[in-house]
Amino acid sequence: MRRTFLVLSALCLLPACIGGPSGGGPPIKNVITVFAAASLQPAFDKMATPLAEREELGIQFSYSGTQTLTTQLTQGAPADVFASADVAHMTTLNTAGLVQQSHLFAHNRLEIVVAKGNPQGIHSLADLGRRDLVIVLADPSVPAGKYAQQALAKAKVTVRPASLEQQVTGVLSKVALGEADAGIVYVSDIVTSGKVDGVAIPDAQNVIADYPIAVLKAAKSQTGATQFVDFVLSPDGQALLKAAGFQGA
Amino acid sequence: MRRARIPAAIGVLAGLGLLLFLLPLAGLIVRAPWNQALAELTDPTTTTALGLSLFCSLTATAIALVLGVPLAMILARTRGTTRNVLRALTTLPMVLPPVVGGVALLLAFGRRGLVGSLLYQWFGIQIPFTTAAAVMAETFVAMPFLVIAVEAGLRSMDHRYEEAARSLGAGYWRVFTRVTLPLLRPAIFSGAVLCWARALGEFGATITFAGNFPGRTQTVPIAVYIALETNHSDAAITLSLILLVVSVAILVGMRDRWLGAL
Repeated sequence: MRRTFLVLSALCLLPACIGGPSGGGPPIKNVITVFAAASLQPAFDKMATPLAEREELGIQFSYSGTQTLTTQLTQGAPADVFASADVAHMTTLNTAGLVQQSHLFAHNRLEIVVAKGNPQGIHSLADLGRRDLVIVLADPSVPAGKYAQQALAKAKVTVRPASLEQQVTGVLSKVALGEADAGIVYVSDIVTSGKVDGVAIPDAQNVIADYPIAVLKAAKSQTGATQFVDFVLSPDGQALLKAAGFQGA
Repeated sequence: MRRARIPAAIGVLAGLGLLLFLLPLAGLIVRAPWNQALAELTDPTTTTALGLSLFCSLTATAIALVLGVPLAMILARTRGTTRNVLRALTTLPMVLPPVVGGVALLLAFGRRGLVGSLLYQWFGIQIPFTTAAAVMAETFVAMPFLVIAVEAGLRSMDHRYEEAARSLGAGYWRVFTRVTLPLLRPAIFSGAVLCWARALGEFGATITFAGNFPGRTQTVPIAVYIALETNHSDAAITLSLILLVVSVAILVGMRDRWLGAL
């Protein structure tokens, strides 16, 4: 019995050893923590390798809904950089005296997310008002949810969502899983997902999301944090963002 | 014979352990927005979540009673490997991380799930995102508590009363309703209360399987989480206090009873 327990404990610890930093990569001098809106994950993940190679900078990302990250930061969560999916939450942190000067580094547009092949024949925001569809949106406290509400208001459509997700990626996964027929997410989410299709929203109804980034005043490594922000604003960083479906600053 | 004195080190460690339980409770009570508690309590978000939680947890307990008591009866009758396998299956949700339970429920009863896809194709029924999903998630997580309590009650029960009733000519159902159930009442009661408490506190499986929508699937624990995430800490603390009061009331009300049953 005791031996079984030991073996089981060892097995539990095993992934921790395997999942640790790999020894083969470039040497890391400095590690920073970046809090970033969930929609930024595909683009930001790709920035880790060039930054490690050029600046010997290691990055730990924490992706979540912007509102969640903002709350965590106001409660003292340790981070070096914050990248938000809207200006409002950055302003909250700025008013609280927690961030340095912020920079707009990307824009995003909204798109309707549907299952591959669009089996329900959804072609416009007006279709989201159909009662036979299961629609999932981000909660209005999430930037993507706020933008979605603005777009629906412009299109004069009333939607009865089945669930309000805490981050835009939650909407994406519910549609990808087949539990929801459609939702409203960012263009970048659909570009990088590969498991869903998008239905464009015309300019007149669309909303442009602004993404600001800032170094935290309490950043442990001001140098590393600034290196990261500079890279995001650099042509290389902007190219990675565009490849992930964002629009440049 | 006098028992050996407990070394100071053990006392200190025990004290630290106790503090770990005590300090969070103190934090909750100290930071409670007492002057706004009434305003928070009458806020529509709060009352909706409370009403939904009450409905879902009571329904889950009722289902657990209907399905769990028979399950406990079967468990109490089996021996050996069958019993071990059945027992492991029924108690799995107690040790399984609730969020894993939610994912499993989604893969079984979701629109593309094992059973859910048939329900959807044949009847057009979709379970996720409905109140039914919240009830199912709560039942999944909470029913084991009832089954275990009732099974323990059955095993420790004096079956001679049932035999006596049968020898006097009572049929199965008559013995069951007039002898077995009354004898089991304490075990069923404590099991049901534990089950209800667990259902009331359910979070992980519910948010995964049922999603989050006020009035439909946003139960109190989910409302607490969302309130905290969106910087409405006063609402989060007030709702947490309500759950705390309920838990303490259950503990006080059941002092000796439930520990005996387990």
